[in-house]
Amino acid sequence: MIPGEFTYHRPSSVAEAVAILANHGDEARPLSGGHSLIPMMKLRMAAPEHLVDLGGIATLKGISEDGDTITIGAMTTQHELIASDLLSAKLPIIGETSRLIADPQIRYVGTLGGNVANGDPGNDMPALMQCLDASYVLTGPDGERQVAARAFYEAAYFTALAPEEILTSVRIPVPAAGHGYAYEKLKRKVGDYATAAAAIVLTMNGGTVSMCSVALTNVADTPLFASEAGQILTGSTLDAETIKRAVAAAEAITQPASDGRGPAEYRTKMAGIMVERALARAAERARS
Amino acid sequence: MNDMTPTREQREAALEGMGCKRKRVEDIRFTQGKGNYVDDLKLPGMLFGDFVRSPYAHAKVTKIDATEALKLPGVIAVLTAEDLKGVNLAWMPTLAGDVQMVLADGKVLYQNQEVAFVVAENRYIADDAIQLVEVEYEELPVLVDPFKSMDADAPVLRPDLEGKTEGAHGPRKHHNHIFTWEVGDKDETSRAFAEADVTIKEMISYHRTHPSPLETCQCVASMDKVNGELTVWGTFQAPHVIRTVASLLSTIPEHKIHVIAPDIGGGFGNKVGAYPGYICSIVASIVTGVPIKWVEDRMENLSTTSFARDYHMTAEIAAKNDGTVTGLKVHVLADHGGFDACADPSKWPAGFFNIVTGSYDFPTAHLEVDGVYTNKAPGGVAYRCSFRVTEAAYCIERAMDILAQKLGMDPADLRIKNFVKPEQFPYQSALGWEYDSGDYHTAMHKAMDTIGYRELRAEQKAKQEAFRRGETREIMGIGVSFFTEIVGAGPSKNCDILGVAMFDSAEIRVHPTGSVISRMGTKSQGQGHETTWAQIIATEIGIPAADIMVEEGNTDTAPYGLGTYGSRSTPVAGAAIALAARKIRNKAQMIAAHMLEVSEYDLDWDIDGFQVKGNPQARKSMKEIAWAAYHAPPPGMEPGLEAVSYYDPPNMTYPFGAYFCVMDIDVDTGVAKTRRFYALDDCGTRINPMIIEGQVHGGLTEAFAIAMGQEIRYDEIGNVMGASFMDFFIPTAVETPHWETDHTVTPSPHHPIGAKGVGESPNVGGVPAFSNAVNDAFQFLGSTHIQMPHDAWRLWQAAKNLGAHG
Repeated sequence: MIPGEFTYHRPSSVAEAVAILANHGDEARPLSGGHSLIPMMKLRMAAPEHLVDLGGIATLKGISEDGDTITIGAMTTQHELIASDLLSAKLPIIGETSRLIADPQIRYVGTLGGNVANGDPGNDMPALMQCLDASYVLTGPDGERQVAARAFYEAAYFTALAPEEILTSVRIPVPAAGHGYAYEKLKRKVGDYATAAAAIVLTMNGGTVSMCSVALTNVADTPLFASEAGQILTGSTLDAETIKRAVAAAEAITQPASDGRGPAEYRTKMAGIMVERALARAAERARS
Repeated sequence: MNDMTPTREQREAALEGMGCKRKRVEDIRFTQGKGNYVDDLKLPGMLFGDFVRSPYAHAKVTKIDATEALKLPGVIAVLTAEDLKGVNLAWMPTLAGDVQMVLADGKVLYQNQEVAFVVAENRYIADDAIQLVEVEYEELPVLVDPFKSMDADAPVLRPDLEGKTEGAHGPRKHHNHIFTWEVGDKDETSRAFAEADVTIKEMISYHRTHPSPLETCQCVASMDKVNGELTVWGTFQAPHVIRTVASLLSTIPEHKIHVIAPDIGGGFGNKVGAYPGYICSIVASIVTGVPIKWVEDRMENLSTTSFARDYHMTAEIAAKNDGTVTGLKVHVLADHGGFDACADPSKWPAGFFNIVTGSYDFPTAHLEVDGVYTNKAPGGVAYRCSFRVTEAAYCIERAMDILAQKLGMDPADLRIKNFVKPEQFPYQSALGWEYDSGDYHTAMHKAMDTIGYRELRAEQKAKQEAFRRGETREIMGIGVSFFTEIVGAGPSKNCDILGVAMFDSAEIRVHPTGSVISRMGTKSQGQGHETTWAQIIATEIGIPAADIMVEEGNTDTAPYGLGTYGSRSTPVAGAAIALAARKIRNKAQMIAAHMLEVSEYDLDWDIDGFQVKGNPQARKSMKEIAWAAYHAPPPGMEPGLEAVSYYDPPNMTYPFGAYFCVMDIDVDTGVAKTRRFYALDDCGTRINPMIIEGQVHGGLTEAFAIAMGQEIRYDEIGNVMGASFMDFFIPTAVETPHWETDHTVTPSPHHPIGAKGVGESPNVGGVPAFSNAVNDAFQFLGSTHIQMPHDAWRLWQAAKNLGAHG
């Protein structure tokens, strides 16, 4: 549990950080909250020679609203997400999810950018961002580009992020006022990754679902956007038969690992149960 | 008397003696981060040692090449088994009569086994060097399942034992067999089964887990080559035993070895034995002449140093139709890993597992334990328990529930029917113990009344009906556990460690001004001895606990003791303390008689001094007497006021308790929620009720963890799974249930202050309470026994197998 040797950098601007990354290529890694990267370095599963700490870049922090989009700086901590009045009013599912990540001490340091950029299937925010149809702003030597969260994840720890790029912010379209939402997470204990978790955002019109988006955490080597489940539910009245079909559709796309949280069969079923429970809570919260 | 004279109550309160909820004095430094642990120690020139470990569970080691590692600047040495052979330390004896490799000698027997010891200027360089040591392995077939260990074609794990048909505990019947231990009357037990109205039989497994103290195992060894003296600071639950073992192994005379156990961050049995890290640090210090520090990391701790349990117990009970038990038969398959490194008293290969008749009056019983080798880490330590007592309590408490189910009787009623009765104490158990005292009926009835047992059963019945009607997906379980512990090892007639009798000791010195320093052979790892030992002395000699300093852990100053584990400190050292204190009080009485010019027989003890019979105004306080002991002792009497006592207990003590757990389980997720947990403990005389309550809370939290998910798992090729806190279940405050504690008091008749020990009771009694609650919940669906650990996915699977998912 002792990391190898590395050079520590603390740039004060994104341009400077990108330049360091571009200089060192694969041998450099950006550091945000450090809750995934540092343990991996201690286990020597990661051994970057250059560690680029983004904590000194003031522009990477903060939450702002511009028209129908909320932009969250990559270095915004989970604690700051929970404390944000803007998010509580417009995107309450973010605070609800943050509260289910680890414990308060970790949430004071862990960041949204680190959580979504690392590509760890156990992280909670990637599925939530897919559910919300967020985009990630990636900044590299050639400037900025945007990649949809739904297109960002390729495999465990493999993403669309290039080695010389930094994920600088997350842009989220604000869901309709009065939308229903829920993040349901089954875990063995505080601090654990999900056995299975589901994020749901929906809007109701009369007794009918006019929009529904579903995504799953830690039941495959990437987060899963359950588009079919969302489509099945959209237009329905949330009758038992439709819910059953949507749950089956969500379960069908899972490919969980068998591990200490349980065998694959269990985790698939739990993904279904989380969808069912998140749906019930989201529907209850939705104002028609 | 003027108004300033304190009343008797005030004088008594000022002592903060036995029965007082005195705050823990050690917490002043612990809560300020000022504890002094091994890893806090920094010595000039100190080097750091770390291990190259095997990635394989079973392999030949064909080559170790340290050339590249030694080229790294800051690397001082790389030790292998070949180097240790020069000092005859490639292998070391275990406490269980086996031998164990210190470093891989030609092969490895479990994943993460120690292969080479790198010594470097700092921990970073040491870890870099580990990556550079090239080791060539030739993989061998792996044996993980203990049930296959004695198959004819099972791989030979221990070629060093080839042809050895006699082990440390009798004949060996297979190359992977360690011992068979048999107790009780086989024929009589068979007869009881033949004549029984009802019998039950179940294989009850207690999975492999780990004590996992907050502080891992660590040491600093420092050899002074000029004076030929070795000092070892370490996380030792038994420092004197470590000194004796170090002397025997190193041939350094024992008086030239100084073993110091500073503050210890939890032990739970993990820190009783001797580990390769200690031996290698000592050898490296002898070689280099400078201090060597070795600090285990969490994964090393969980995967190598001393697991607990891995006992597979087939229990059978014979009974009459009315529920009266008539016989008990138990066979245990004990998985010891690659070496038998259990930390039990030497003559007890399965510890005190023969307490397995529990709290019940079995007229006859028979027990057989087979120990076997597998490709897993060695250990089998008493994780917050007295030598396999947790296993025994779990076995009998599950088996009694299974019998109740078969008879259609309430499990609490079945227990009450079979309890050893108060008038039967001292009670001779069928498997050879003499229970000192107990009043099981009173404890059980108090517990049942307090928790509202009958009402809970009625609620459970209603819930089961609601479940059947499809109105709820939750099932309710009520776990009953009534355990009898056996602690306080132990009487020299049957307990020793490597030949040293398991007595314990205390030395008390009263200073001229009436304050005290006292030293014991025990070693607190969090038990609060600095607080409680002072309370015993305070009550016995009338000097306030606040004026009494308690010191442990330095073998140069403390009298020889066997250390702290197996809830032995209060039953053994606690008695030594009381008896040493009484020696002081006896001398004080003679001094007081001289001062008051009366016969010592004319004096009465009164809280904090002696007074003349019939004339309480004529009195001398202990403070005055202490001064006189050094200033003007009676003519012919030695000056001074101090005493030493070594206590060889006449018997074990037998704490007991009634625990109840109420649980609700969501059958769709398998998530179990503990609604209530009530623990009534009878540990005899209570020294500090607050510390007892803390001990019970801690032990119950461990029991909860073990029963509900804490596990060291292996895959089929011997990879240890979950040896980190990511997977190994240590509950946080969020998961931990609320604990309700209660007590009765049945003093031990043979202990000087009647105390029995409590540290381990909650772990011993807690595990069956949780497991019985789970099993009780599933019973109405047709289940008899569900193996631990009861984590969510396993309960979900149980529900599925029982058809609860429709």
